[in-house]
Amino acid sequence: MSSETITVEIWRGKEEGEFQTYQVPRMESQTVLDIVTYVQRNLDPGLSYRFACRVGVCGSCAMTVNGKPRWTCRTHIDKVAGDGTLRIQPLRNLPVIRDLAVDMTDFFEKWTQAKAQFVPTATRADDFAQVSPDDPQRKEASAGIECINCGVCYSACDTVAWLGDYLGPAALNRAWTLHNDVRDGGRAERLKAISGSGGCQACHSHQSCFELCPKHLNPTASIAGLKRATVKAALKGEI
Amino acid sequence: MTSARAEILEWLVQRVTAAILAVCVIVHLAVIVIAVQGGVTSKEIVARVGGSVPWLLFYSVFVVSVALHAPVGLRNILREYTSFGRRTTHWIMAAVCVLILVMGFRAVIGLYGLGA
Repeated sequence: MSSETITVEIWRGKEEGEFQTYQVPRMESQTVLDIVTYVQRNLDPGLSYRFACRVGVCGSCAMTVNGKPRWTCRTHIDKVAGDGTLRIQPLRNLPVIRDLAVDMTDFFEKWTQAKAQFVPTATRADDFAQVSPDDPQRKEASAGIECINCGVCYSACDTVAWLGDYLGPAALNRAWTLHNDVRDGGRAERLKAISGSGGCQACHSHQSCFELCPKHLNPTASIAGLKRATVKAALKGEI
Repeated sequence: MTSARAEILEWLVQRVTAAILAVCVIVHLAVIVIAVQGGVTSKEIVARVGGSVPWLLFYSVFVVSVALHAPVGLRNILREYTSFGRRTTHWIMAAVCVLILVMGFRAVIGLYGLGA
């Protein structure tokens, strides 16, 4: 295996730039992040990219690989470079800082806009909340809570590309998990926050987020849940 | 009404009218398929629809549903493909709604009147 090489095209520059081509030795069980790291350490020290844990926990290393957003640390070359070539770009829908590193500010700013943070209702004096694993709301929350904030869904989403103020799948998925948390006290305000012109109603249900989420979450289903919840709240006069 | 509330209700109206239109379009297409069997003439159309209260009601529901459904979708397209502001797209929505209502009811009432 090690005698073979793979042709890798990597984006260099900011919004304006060009692809540079590298020849990288093939290794067994090689990941896209291994390739990028090899290039940076051996061929081109000036290459900028972002990673931290290398084991699919931190959500730092997402890039566009052969046209699709992927978590590069757990994307094996064998699965994405069938024809022996690899084209690596920064994530779509976010400003490029340099090379493969994007500015995630908008992505996280939209989590704040969606009020996607827990609003506690209990005090230190209260006992622990009893939430059964079989509770339907708990199941809905459990289905969405493993998000690692990698930005793959945000990059995959056409609605984000078309509608600049759309909150995006990750922020809305987080809003849905909180909506199903019985301990949370921010539901009405949150439903209001996610119903503006860039809110959950803007989702076209293309399901690119579902298809490409590395954690196999289904933000489209979460957004559908939010649409139903907002209608119920509006009909009750809560929004 | 808050913009969030308006957004939700517009979304709901679009979904409800979509369900109504699904039935209306099927009936409309079925009638066309059946009607063309004997050759379509204006006389035959007027004989069926003209003066008929059930058809008047059916096509009235059809027109109202289209007038509510289409502007919301058009507004979404304008938001995604143009830089028009919220106020502009709302006025375009209102204008398209009125246009569809006027044109639709002109046809519906006109046909009903021909058989009355």
